[in-house]
Amino acid sequence: MSYIPEEQLITQAKCLFEEYLPKVETLKVKERQKIPCQEMPTQDPLVRSQNMEEVALGYSFEQARVEAMRCLQCVKKNCIEGCPVKIDIPRFIDHIAKGEFEQAIAVVKETTLLPAVCGRVCPQEKQCQLYCTLGKSFKNVEKSVAIGRLERFVADWERENGKVIVPFVKPSTGKRVAVVGSGPAGLVVAADCRREGHHVTLFEAFHKLGGVLRYGIPEFRLPNDIIDKEIETLHSMGVEIKTNFVVGRTRKLTDLIEKDGYDAVFVGTGAGLPIFMGIEGENLVGVFSANEYLTRANLMKAFDKKADTPIYPSKNVMVLGGGNVAMDASRMAKRLGAENVYVVYRRTENEMPARREEVLHAKEEGVVFCYLQNANRIIGDDKGRVRSVECVRYELGEPDASGRRAPILINGSEFEMEIDTVIVAVGNGSNPLISQTTPQLAVNKRGNIVVDETQKTSMDKIFAGGDIVLGAATVILAMGEGRRSAASINKMLAEAAD
Amino acid sequence: MSRILYKQQFSDDVFLMRLHAPLIAEERKAGQFIILQTDDDYGERIPLTIADADTNEGSITIIFQVVGKTTKQLSFMNAGDELPALVGPLGTPTHIEQFGRVVCVGGGIGVAPLHPIAQALKAAGNHVSIIIGARNKDLLILENEMKSIADELIICTDNGSYGRKDLVTAPLKELCEQHPKPDMVIAIGPPVMMKFCSETTRPYHVFTQVSLNTIMVDGTGMCGGCRVNVGKEVKFVCVDGPEFDGHLVDFDNMINRLNAYKDIERHHYKCFVKNAFKDEEVVL
Ligand SMILES: Cc1cc2nc3c(=O)[nH]c(=O)nc-3n(C[C@H](O)[C@H](O)[C@H](O)COP(=O)(O)OP(=O)(O)OC[C@H]3O[C@@H](n4cnc5c(N)ncnc54)[C@H](O)[C@@H]3O)c2cc1C
Ligand SMILES: Cc1cc2nc3c(=O)[nH]c(=O)nc-3n(C[C@H](O)[C@H](O)[C@H](O)COP(=O)(O)OP(=O)(O)OC[C@H]3O[C@@H](n4cnc5c(N)ncnc54)[C@H](O)[C@@H]3O)c2cc1C
Ligand code: SF4
Ligand code: SF4
Ligand code: FES
Repeated sequence: MSYIPEEQLITQAKCLFEEYLPKVETLKVKERQKIPCQEMPTQDPLVRSQNMEEVALGYSFEQARVEAMRCLQCVKKNCIEGCPVKIDIPRFIDHIAKGEFEQAIAVVKETTLLPAVCGRVCPQEKQCQLYCTLGKSFKNVEKSVAIGRLERFVADWERENGKVIVPFVKPSTGKRVAVVGSGPAGLVVAADCRREGHHVTLFEAFHKLGGVLRYGIPEFRLPNDIIDKEIETLHSMGVEIKTNFVVGRTRKLTDLIEKDGYDAVFVGTGAGLPIFMGIEGENLVGVFSANEYLTRANLMKAFDKKADTPIYPSKNVMVLGGGNVAMDASRMAKRLGAENVYVVYRRTENEMPARREEVLHAKEEGVVFCYLQNANRIIGDDKGRVRSVECVRYELGEPDASGRRAPILINGSEFEMEIDTVIVAVGNGSNPLISQTTPQLAVNKRGNIVVDETQKTSMDKIFAGGDIVLGAATVILAMGEGRRSAASINKMLAEAAD
Repeated sequence: MSRILYKQQFSDDVFLMRLHAPLIAEERKAGQFIILQTDDDYGERIPLTIADADTNEGSITIIFQVVGKTTKQLSFMNAGDELPALVGPLGTPTHIEQFGRVVCVGGGIGVAPLHPIAQALKAAGNHVSIIIGARNKDLLILENEMKSIADELIICTDNGSYGRKDLVTAPLKELCEQHPKPDMVIAIGPPVMMKFCSETTRPYHVFTQVSLNTIMVDGTGMCGGCRVNVGKEVKFVCVDGPEFDGHLVDFDNMINRLNAYKDIERHHYKCFVKNAFKDEEVVL
């Protein structure tokens, strides 16, 4: 897929819309299969690699309705199986096809609280869209109904048309819930517990809310306005917000219950512990964890001349890793002025965990992918700054037990690349701050908090969910765990009241 | 939000402030620090040691030296002003016990973080010798406070304008040569000074603890920007530290890392000062 200008996509959609609108109620499966997939309009790659604005511009009204008409309205709703929060996908899409956007967003919101976020960042091609019957009929997941884009469309429609209504909050129960961490898991728990009429305090270590949505995922993929809007809603619902508050340090976890009188606590502190490769030269000046690089750029706004937090001036950047984090870091480096950005990955494109769309976008923006390659050691100059990286090459071996072909080192394949900045994006472990300061809390050997099926931890009244439980996972899974935790907390508090 | 309750100027570039922060005052222990911002949209997050705390007033004390834009901006703020962001207490508290004979060495602004530690060590029943050093008499801070704790106080200035004309390493070496030699040394100050204190004590095998002031962003172990080589391990200063065994710290790497943004920060600082004193001639 190469870049098609927005106007062209919109004009095409207008014609299709005129053609299909009269038959919207009577379309046969064969006809629906013939409707072309609607591509997401994007900013021109040459322009966008120089700015921070959102890359994907969102469907036009006609595009959304045409795409929605592609849905076969299957009797066996496979797509729902693939959605971790089980959105009633065919029902909301049917409303879009008919132009009933208000009803469509209402259906989506029955199960998810952050559709504008999930529609943008869900790995749809591995979830709902992977299971879609339409895609399967073409044996091509890229021809599935674009469920995520449609979800985004109705969420944006609601926000842009001022239709967002503050959820109804039940009369006060007098119970108090502490939510630790304001990532997607925490945001959802805060909303769901507040709705039941409990007093909710949201504690966040940083000076801004949103967790990875704010400090990790860049503005060009998820604009801050969207997070701000969600937070505004929590505000209007009467959630108390305490930023600059590190639970475990400013207050012990147990003190929230014992001294401050909270009846329940939810811990959603995320993965947030950068993993390094452990290779020579990793502490040289110019080597960053993706967390640091992205936090400087996003949360601390280092892309903006007004910001005090500096970002390292780079010419040749090497990003190590192949996930979403690596894609974000490489595209950010481009935007911050690097001339050459290389993503170095040990396997091939097929094994890369990043979302396909992000990989395509990165390529369009000029990021160079070096597959079957890895960094061996980082070499510094006399000032201790990165000068080059010695790399090695791999080849794919026989498939192992899991069916994946393992990369095998090619002996003697060392070669050097001239690099001044290295960004390590090989994963995140769980941040040990809470568990270290709360020794009674059971964690597994990877440091993730252990919970039961109701999301309760080993400690009374303390629940947990999201990346701190799952390990680095996804926004929608974190949200799903938040929902389940809130339900358990609400049930526990209701039972206590009886 | 945190209100500035009190401000005092020690010298051209060194200031003391008391900030309203009741929870931090209650929880903090010697050796811990806070992170603050003078602007929570575009401002930088800077770490400063908690030099003292008063639980009655619900306040903490910070002592800082102006070295760049944020510390300059902070020095312009006054009692009654609100700091938009203040978080803490961060870091692992100093391990305090009765070691026996302890030498505390403070260089420049490092005397500020040293003060609560010296206090706690004294309270734990140690014999405490204190060496404080500064470039000149005007830059010397907390002399009286230290005097009231110390069993022995030695003052050094680089130019001899007060106390001994020596670097702090000279009296440190003398103390190491005495019998009994110190059971432990704590050195806090500029990285170079901590490096040379560690080198001074190494031949005498006296355990030497240093408090590292690396560049930080979050201060909670999330970014790894504060990492240092300690022996064969990589440590995060904000959560594993700030205190480490000085004989194991790779100071040269740490100093290089501290200078990562020197040119950019110098530029920010100049622009800021030029703007702040538009109508006056400023010499930088
Ligand atoms: C760069 C990047 C890109 C990603 N891209 C995608 C994507 O495209 N799609 C996708 O689905 N997922 C993506 N992910 C993963 C996704 O963002 C996470 O799975 C999700 O945010 C986890 O949510 P959470 O609520 O568990 O935690 P987080 O979002 O990590 O939030 C945790 C919050 O808790 C705060 N906190 C931590 N400790 C404390 C404490 N002691 N006291 C108070 N507050 C504390 C943190 O500051 C943070 O704000 C990406 C992750 C990264 C890093
Ligand atoms: C745990 C800890 C405790 C500290 N306690 C104190 C204290 O009690 N009093 C005090 O005056 N200072 C203390 N510092 C140093 C203080 O944080 C820096 O002086 C401050 O961040 C500089 O900010 P700036 O914007 O004014 O200068 P910048 O423009 O950011 O920097 C100017 C120069 O200062 C150095 N520097 C930059 N950022 C930091 C940083 N985060 N830490 C250390 N040096 C830096 C660099 O060499 C830089 O070139 C401490 C640092 C740490 C890590
Ligand atoms: S929430 Fe994610 S998985 Fe579920 S329908 Fe939306 S995009 Fe698909
Ligand atoms: S599986 Fe695909 S085609 Fe069928 S209802 Fe779901 S989205 Fe529509
Ligand atoms: S300051 Fe970010 S990990 Fe220490």
